Amino acid sequence: MNTVVHSGAEGFLHRFEGLRARLPGQRLAWVQALREAAAAQFRAAGFPTRRVEAWKYTDLRPVSDAAFDEALTILGDGDTLPAPRGERRAVFVDGRFREELSQIEGAGFAVGSLAEELPRLEGRLGALARPAEEPLVALNTMLFEDGLVVTVPAGVAGGVLELRSLASRSERPSAFHPRHLIRLEAGASLTIVEEASGPEDTRYLHNPVFEIDLAEGAVLTHARIQREGVKGFQLGTVYARIESGATYDNFTLNAGARLVRNEIHAVLAGPKSACHMNGAQLLRGGQHADTTTVLDHAAPDCASRQTYKTVLQGKSRGVFQGKIHVHQVAQRTDGYQMNQALLLSPDAEIDSKPQLEIYADDVKCSHGATVGALDADQLFYLRARGIPEAKARSILVEAFLQEAIEGVTDETARAALESAVAGWWEKEAA
Amino acid sequence: MLRIEGLTAEVDGKPILKGIDLEVPAGEVHAIMGPNGSGKSTLSYVLAGREGYEVTGGSATLDGVDLLGMEPEERAAAGVFLAFQYPVELPGVGNANFLRTALNAIRRGKGEAELDAMQFLKQARARLKELQMSEDMLKRGVNVGFSGGEKKRNEVLQMALLRPSLAILDETDSGLDIDALKIVADGVNALRAPDFSALVITHYQRLLDYIVPDKVHVLMQGRIVQTGGPELAKQLEASGYASVQAAA
Ligand SMILES: Nc1ncnc2c1ncn2[C@@H]1O[C@H](COP(=O)(O)OP(=O)(O)O)[C@@H](O)[C@H]1O
Ligand SMILES: [Mg+2]
Repeated sequence: MNTVVHSGAEGFLHRFEGLRARLPGQRLAWVQALREAAAAQFRAAGFPTRRVEAWKYTDLRPVSDAAFDEALTILGDGDTLPAPRGERRAVFVDGRFREELSQIEGAGFAVGSLAEELPRLEGRLGALARPAEEPLVALNTMLFEDGLVVTVPAGVAGGVLELRSLASRSERPSAFHPRHLIRLEAGASLTIVEEASGPEDTRYLHNPVFEIDLAEGAVLTHARIQREGVKGFQLGTVYARIESGATYDNFTLNAGARLVRNEIHAVLAGPKSACHMNGAQLLRGGQHADTTTVLDHAAPDCASRQTYKTVLQGKSRGVFQGKIHVHQVAQRTDGYQMNQALLLSPDAEIDSKPQLEIYADDVKCSHGATVGALDADQLFYLRARGIPEAKARSILVEAFLQEAIEGVTDETARAALESAVAGWWEKEAA
Repeated sequence: MLRIEGLTAEVDGKPILKGIDLEVPAGEVHAIMGPNGSGKSTLSYVLAGREGYEVTGGSATLDGVDLLGMEPEERAAAGVFLAFQYPVELPGVGNANFLRTALNAIRRGKGEAELDAMQFLKQARARLKELQMSEDMLKRGVNVGFSGGEKKRNEVLQMALLRPSLAILDETDSGLDIDALKIVADGVNALRAPDFSALVITHYQRLLDYIVPDKVHVLMQGRIVQTGGPELAKQLEASGYASVQAAA
């Protein structure tokens, strides 16, 4: 049989034509309309190139030049799941919910599969995502098949929920585009520990979109551990809307993938709300990691904290773009943004672009960036105590990261992050 | 025993040590005194192997083993310990972890078994008690947020745990009140043994009331210009370095 392999945007559009009738929600007019609009947007925009300002430092050609198939989910023998971190876990393989691998009963709040919940998600799915502005979000909207839907009722402390994403091994590169919807009603709380991984020998694209809405006084801790396989791509976009008195606490660890974009759009929509966006990127070889944050202070008396730390080995490349938009109403805004990079190799590179747009007059907003090598005095101090140079270096790099991870107050989330960092080091030493 | 012969060294191409000859026999404690900028810290860094301090001539051996060709960690394993004039802060590195890593590195070098967390804690607690330090110190980042005195005590704690055969104390007494000074002195005196020697760099004779040196050397402009017994320190305290300069 002859098949024409389409690559890039054309390939995905072609796939949409073929799958259209089989994608979930094909009988729901509103879903169809969303998909068709997104397809038109994606057709018009294509994959962003470096000529687009927001993509100046990240070249998507490794993704757009490749041809991806729909994932044929076959969970290999080697892909056994490690023990769950908490009592509840939702497992996705190639972006599809796998009930038999998950434990979601008795959560005390609603957790389920987006594909199943779809008839009840009109008005909620797509409420925050902006496919017209982000081609990758348009791609996700066009092709999403499944995702996690969580609703924590008012006043409920949801505890810890693990979100586990696996990619299966396959001959042909595959792509999946899960859409996750997280809603915390007034005064609710939840910790999500998310971990994404995949086989080291498979090329795949994981293109998740999160829509997170936090009602008054809700608190969401969202720890994201990205350790996709070395040939994998993750292009993820998080939209968060934070109402008055609510807190969104995001920590993203980028330790895997050939290329990753971690894009977060957060809106502090109600007074006295808070947003923490922190993260660490551990890069080696030819890895490329891009963290791009867009934060809107759209109400008075809100606080935001961002600290990103990147460690670069080999020829790796790190990118941090952080935009803070303080609206005119957002008086007494307290904003802080810091980006620090540790360059361990002369061939590694970090690009940093902070961007502050301030339209209110009573505002405290600071930002900074540092790039450096390991401190010679610190290194000598350790070695003078008998610690061999390689070990002394790893102690200092871990210390650099520790400062970022220390800020994660949820213990399960912090432990998960610490063990992921330790795992990265074991590989580094091997 | 530490033997230094004709040692010359430069920093940034500028000669600082201009021919040092010094012997500290095993079991002895020697003091080095001298005005600011005379090269005392430079000598201690050269012995510990700090980068940027370039040896241009001469030799330094510990028990016949050449120190100058070794990496800093190898010198530490060979028994050299430098208590820094300005201890370095290591944010994000826990003091307990740091001390255990250092101790186990040294023990490995000596062919001794490594200590597990419990064994280490037992030893560390005993040393802390001797030095009248709070256990709290183990939980903090290395020297982070420590007062000047706490930093110096932390150096002495490291020395007590690592049990070097040659301790170099670079102005460990400066900035300490009299109680802290006694603790530091007790720490050094506790290590005194036939196979231990120390080089105590100080500005003040005060410390030498508590660590009585076998010999006192005066270092000026990169050279040892005078050597004497403990009484030399007292004499310097009374009449200053100008008298030495005149005599030299
Ligand atoms: N890292 C350095 N860079 C440049 N000059 C230095 C450095 N360290 C020491 N020196 C110079 O070497 C000389 C001796 O300094 P030092 O050994 O610190 O003296 P001391 O400890 O006796 O006060 C001084 O003139 C000082 O300026
Ligand atoms: Mg000095």
